[in-house]
Amino acid sequence: MAAAAASLHATAAVSKSRSAAIPQVATSVRVAAASRGPGSARARGGLVVARAAAVKDEAADTNSGGHEVLMFEALREAMIEEMTLDPTVCMIGEDVGDYGGSYKVSKGLSEMFGDLRVLDTPIAENSFTGMGVGAAMKGLRPVVEGMNMGFLLLAYNQISNNCGMLHYTSGGQFKIPIVIRGPGGVGRQLGAEHSQRLESYFQSIPGLQMVACSTPYNAKGLLKAAIRSENPVVVFEHVLLYNMKEKIPDEDYICCLEEAEMVRPGSQVTILTYSRMRYHVMQAVKTLVNKGYDPEVIDIRSLKPFDLHTIGNSVKKTHRVLIVEECMRTGGIGASLRSAIIDNFWDELDAPPMCLSSQDVPTPYAAPLEDATVVQPPQIVAAIEEICR
Amino acid sequence: MAAWLAGSSSKLAHSAARRLAGDLRRRGPDPWLLSSSTMPARGQLAGDLRGFCSVRRFAGDSTAATAAEESENEFAGGDLQQVVDFPGGKLSFVGEMNFVPESQRERIKCYRVLDDDGGIIYSSRFQEVGKELALKMYSNMVTLQIMDTIFYEAQRQGRISFYITSNGEEAINIASAAALSADDIVLPQYREPGVLLWRGFTPQEFANQLFGNKMDYGKGRQMPIHYGSNRLNYFTISSPIATQLPQAVGAAYSLKMDKKDACAITYFGDGGTSEGDFHAALNFAAVKEAPMIFFCRNNGWAISTPTTEQFRSDGIVTRGQAYGIRSIRVDGNDTLAVYSAVHTAREMAIAEGRPILIEAMTYRVGHHSTSDDSTKYRPADEIEHWRTARDPISRYRKWVQGNGWWCDAEETELRNSVRQEILQAVQAAERIPKHGLAELFTDVYDQVPSNLHEQQRSLLDIIKKHPSDYPTEVNS
Repeated sequence: MAAAAASLHATAAVSKSRSAAIPQVATSVRVAAASRGPGSARARGGLVVARAAAVKDEAADTNSGGHEVLMFEALREAMIEEMTLDPTVCMIGEDVGDYGGSYKVSKGLSEMFGDLRVLDTPIAENSFTGMGVGAAMKGLRPVVEGMNMGFLLLAYNQISNNCGMLHYTSGGQFKIPIVIRGPGGVGRQLGAEHSQRLESYFQSIPGLQMVACSTPYNAKGLLKAAIRSENPVVVFEHVLLYNMKEKIPDEDYICCLEEAEMVRPGSQVTILTYSRMRYHVMQAVKTLVNKGYDPEVIDIRSLKPFDLHTIGNSVKKTHRVLIVEECMRTGGIGASLRSAIIDNFWDELDAPPMCLSSQDVPTPYAAPLEDATVVQPPQIVAAIEEICR
Repeated sequence: MAAWLAGSSSKLAHSAARRLAGDLRRRGPDPWLLSSSTMPARGQLAGDLRGFCSVRRFAGDSTAATAAEESENEFAGGDLQQVVDFPGGKLSFVGEMNFVPESQRERIKCYRVLDDDGGIIYSSRFQEVGKELALKMYSNMVTLQIMDTIFYEAQRQGRISFYITSNGEEAINIASAAALSADDIVLPQYREPGVLLWRGFTPQEFANQLFGNKMDYGKGRQMPIHYGSNRLNYFTISSPIATQLPQAVGAAYSLKMDKKDACAITYFGDGGTSEGDFHAALNFAAVKEAPMIFFCRNNGWAISTPTTEQFRSDGIVTRGQAYGIRSIRVDGNDTLAVYSAVHTAREMAIAEGRPILIEAMTYRVGHHSTSDDSTKYRPADEIEHWRTARDPISRYRKWVQGNGWWCDAEETELRNSVRQEILQAVQAAERIPKHGLAELFTDVYDQVPSNLHEQQRSLLDIIKKHPSDYPTEVNS
């Protein structure tokens, strides 16, 4: 069973160069908790309210070159570089033109590239996604921005029936090198409709590839790789991470779409996570390390397909797995990942693979309720203690 | 209500209030005024077709309402010439509530060139068609008709699983295709194989797709009639209705970026115009100034839903103006009219960088598909009437023969040779094997990823272990 964990590097079309300059161990970004010390956390009944405001960690700043960017700027840089490199790359979405996009990812782009390449669209997600599919079939490389991932539920028809399928049903005659990107996830009290995790719904669509970025470095790298890919790729960003700050290399680099990222090597237990939950995990890890645990943290990044190579190697080392995700308990990425781990690495496991997910409820508005729907660091600590018993 | 107006500060309101007060005195107490303390009796409301602040709720006697409107207009018109600017531009305003009627008095006229006997209508203006083009169109229409007959029969015999005919729409298929260039991008619904035929898709290539065999360009992935050819600029057909409309806008957009002397054209039926994608695609195309043609085949039926139950507008052509799109209604069974309309529309679309909407009126002579029996919901003699008396092919043939370009002997020869060719294509396609399992997992992505290699390996293992449970043609 374990031998079945084949490498995903077979999908070589996408991966080109990989920069070796990123520090694998220490992240240069830290989530600053709203609470300023352990006391206040306890005062709130143990719930740490992590509003992801980035704080630059000077100690980890070891790169000689590079420049500091916020996440949305990193995405913007990726767009500018790819649009400069390739005249077929264009951007389609609501308010992406002069307005610069709701999260300022396309700020200034329409001045640079003209309003034919940075298209403002009327409010019809299924239609502008369909427009992107049609343009891609004729040789353009559109980047379709959903103002919020939740709105792309309206584009589900085009994404599933056409985006994912047309390369296959046309016998390979028409390819759809489209990128669909946008912010999703539970944010700052945005209400249920604007707090959705579409990776749950899209993960079944055959023909689609999905990645989730979590740092400015991987955001830029993944978006560039997605644009260059011949397949339709959905890039999941997170509403709370756009102001994440990090120093990224000056030179051109991309991240492999199918690879997971080693965040913290360890020996005792494997924690698999992605997007915003990475930060909750790292916060929990601080507590765990103090308690003497040695967890290995992997940001899976590639949601479809899973990087079973990296994950498998880790499971073979630690024999224990915890998945921490923001998807709902039912039918999320975690559910599929747990299944894949059981199928492939059953013999390696010393404990049942655990999964921490969001509650199966529409996300409420009130702050304490909202916080309670997603996984918080104390839950992660408790889960690790349980697994490692 | 008059009191409210009188209390308002604007001059406009005051003069309107004075006028209304005068009206009230003339007509007596109005039971339908909202400020009235007495509620109108039920009986009264039924006859009251004008309310001060309400839309006509009861589909009552419209002539009475129109008369009432006209008498009011005589008093009110003309004294208010002010202009106001709101976002979107300047508007002149008027003190009367002139509701734009839900339909025009007269339906939009239909462009036609050939009469029912194949003679050119005296006053018509059209794009001239020479002998060579005329005959090519005619023979393609006949080929399409025979193709439909034979492939339909093949389905009935169980040789293919499904088929959709274009009976009655041969003029739409061929004449529109003939007016396009090879560079124009076609995004069809599913009743336009004639466009592909015109561009050079052979009967063998059609048959291969229907049988889903190894020679099918779609590699056996799609249902029958879901043709596609990148080489001939004909997008692979996708089953959901109207999804191709916004895609066409995208294709037109790509042509605009490349500054190509070409347009995109997308076909859809009357039923497809109810989809949300229709609305948004037309809006997009107008706003983005996309060089394209929206071609609606209004054939009267969406499976069993007649157009009277599909929409309440005067067909589809009226909707174009609502989006700011130039539109035309054309007799879809008139080969020359369809040719002219598409020819002109294409020139406009490319030269002016705008979308054009064409509504081609026609009749769906065949069933919706081989899964349908339309005699269940429409009279058989109606179908027969359209199949014979209103057949677009015979009508066009009369014109062609009238020019001395065609004769009965050539007709017989054409029909025989086409029939032979198509029968042979069916027989050949039937014998060509289907793809093996290797093609089950390819083209999902540009390269086969490891998880799909995995699944393929498992599947082949199982087949090897239980060969008797699987068909013998299934190999790696």
